Amino acid sequence: MTPDAVGPHGRWGVTGALVILTAPIIVLYGWLLLASFSVTITGLVPHGLTLANWRFLWQTLPNEANAWVAAGNSLTFAVTVAVFEVLVGAMAAYALSRLTFPGRGLFLGSTIVLHSFPSVTLLIAIFLILRALGLYDRLAGVILVKLALDLPLGIWIMKGFFDGVPWDVEMAALVDGYSRIRVWWKVMLPLIRPGLFAFAIFAFLSGWNEFLLPYVLLPSQGSQTLSVLMASLSGEERFADYGLVTALSVFYILPAVAVFALTQRYLLRIFSGGVKG
Amino acid sequence: MDVVLEHVGKQFGRVTAVEGVSLTVGEGELVALLGPSGCGKSTTLFLVAGLYRPTSGRILFGGRVVNDATPQERGVGMVFQSYALYPHLTVFENIAFPLRVRRSRGAQIAERVRRVADLVGIAELLPRRPAQLSGGQQQRVALCRALVKEPAVLLLDEPLSNLDARLREATRAEIRRLQRELGITTLFVSHDQAEALSIADRVGVMHGGRLIAVMTPADLYERPPSRFIAEFIGTPPMNFLEARVEDGRLAVAGVMPRPLAHPVPPGTYLLGVRPEHLELAADGDLRAEVFLVEQMGREWLVHAACGDASLRLLTGAGAAVAVGSRVSLRLLWRRAHLFDSQSGAAVPFGLADDPR
Ligand SMILES: Nc1ncnc2c1ncn2[C@@H]1O[C@H](COP(=O)(O)OP(=O)(O)OP(=O)(O)O)[C@@H](O)[C@H]1O
Ligand SMILES: [Mg+2]
Repeated sequence: MTPDAVGPHGRWGVTGALVILTAPIIVLYGWLLLASFSVTITGLVPHGLTLANWRFLWQTLPNEANAWVAAGNSLTFAVTVAVFEVLVGAMAAYALSRLTFPGRGLFLGSTIVLHSFPSVTLLIAIFLILRALGLYDRLAGVILVKLALDLPLGIWIMKGFFDGVPWDVEMAALVDGYSRIRVWWKVMLPLIRPGLFAFAIFAFLSGWNEFLLPYVLLPSQGSQTLSVLMASLSGEERFADYGLVTALSVFYILPAVAVFALTQRYLLRIFSGGVKG
Repeated sequence: MDVVLEHVGKQFGRVTAVEGVSLTVGEGELVALLGPSGCGKSTTLFLVAGLYRPTSGRILFGGRVVNDATPQERGVGMVFQSYALYPHLTVFENIAFPLRVRRSRGAQIAERVRRVADLVGIAELLPRRPAQLSGGQQQRVALCRALVKEPAVLLLDEPLSNLDARLREATRAEIRRLQRELGITTLFVSHDQAEALSIADRVGVMHGGRLIAVMTPADLYERPPSRFIAEFIGTPPMNFLEARVEDGRLAVAGVMPRPLAHPVPPGTYLLGVRPEHLELAADGDLRAEVFLVEQMGREWLVHAACGDASLRLLTGAGAAVAVGSRVSLRLLWRRAHLFDSQSGAAVPFGLADDPR
């Protein structure tokens, strides 16, 4: 629907409805931000102004991982996952979209089956395998696991992108004298770049938000990610410092919000097949 | 460089797309492949380009077998049925693309792109993107991209199919001029017979994956070797009348039997007559009733029923024919064709009282 399809009154109506619907979320995040700078919270009302809740920025909390180290781990984790998911996924997706080889159908079917398993059911097996490989409690290990679990869906999505590129364009490049791998690099990838970009951002956000895998597979403080640090702070039985938790929440959300705000216009393209017209 | 196909076949699984195609395209010659949709024209072109590998037979470029050579190694220029421009590149980069395979100098590339763009008349389009071009302009860009590497062999897959009639004619002439000028061995695919006949040195007619005839355009029109070709070539299409040969005489439905000059085996045949070889005449061979008159400018196309058969004939504009009137038609026997009703093969014949 184009913007013109709705009259000026209709547009205000739609905007109004959306504002009302999203208000609870906005209020919630606004409160979170406010609370992170407050001394105390009684009921729902924050009191006083302080930076003490943000002390994790300049000091390591007792018995906890350093927030910056955790953020670094989260960033490494998310970026590596995004990069490799796109790289490996794009190669696999191209092969599945364009080449015929023995076992192609089986491979396609099994990627979907893999994706339909809840990853929790695999945790014990993953734990044992990682330990045997010496990758337990190592970032690289969790990255591998995350890749393995998320790649199937990624391959399917990217296969859809490649399917949308006409054969002719690829054949033209072959006739123009390029080898298959160069055609992939010089023609196919640029053609689906918007889709790949959107997919990379989703992969990054998914990595940034990942909790279960790092929680189980990265027990030591040095390798903790932000999501695990968050959980550890808010899950304390003895006392939960709500001010601290809110501040850390804001710290944790900000990069995701920033990435989203900067890239949201590209994200929509993942649904339009990812091919640039 | 000449291109030779020897008994070339291509199968996709159980589907046979092309079978037993033998064809020689001489150096600098333009051969058109003509045939109905799905007859294997594009597949033949892809085989020559090296995009498909033949399942049988041999393909030779200048005497060298290229069956196993990749498209890069064959170095042909090709225009695809759908143009297949690179949407993410400008027109300039589209045309330069084949030159960028090797790391040629930028200035050199720019000069060659400009030269070929001037040749085809699209110099002012170079900074645009394919999406900002009309169909005809895209076609020219595709042609430039095929020509820029100065290929010895040019393959054109219905390059004019998306153009309007006027542009189609102009571009057709342009392709012919360029092809002659540069002396490129060319295979031109078309399902439009007028286009194929007008552009080609020779025309190959394909049917059901087979190449059933390769002839000059004039021969194809004047001496069709089979009923299929006679029917396929020529607009408006040829008329067919049931005929019998008995006792050395040719009997056509509703016409007095005529003695044959040379013996023809007795049996049933089809007599083929082109619309321009039927004339209105007071003492004609056939009587028919006019049921439709199509005015086509210079000529009128008259449809008339003669027994079960429906005949088409061309008359000058303003002829005295009215819908519903009965007319008498003279057959130009010398320009008529006789086809075996079973095999469809042309059978030479002549009338004793109307020698060829
Ligand atoms: N990749 C393929 N897999 C299976 N069958 C194919 C393939 N390509 C072509 N065919 C079949 O081979 C036959 C010839 O196809 P081709 O594209 O060469 O026809 P064409 O003469 O170019 O037709 P058109 O005028 O419609 O372009 C068709 O019956 C088609 O269905
Ligand atoms: Mg075709």
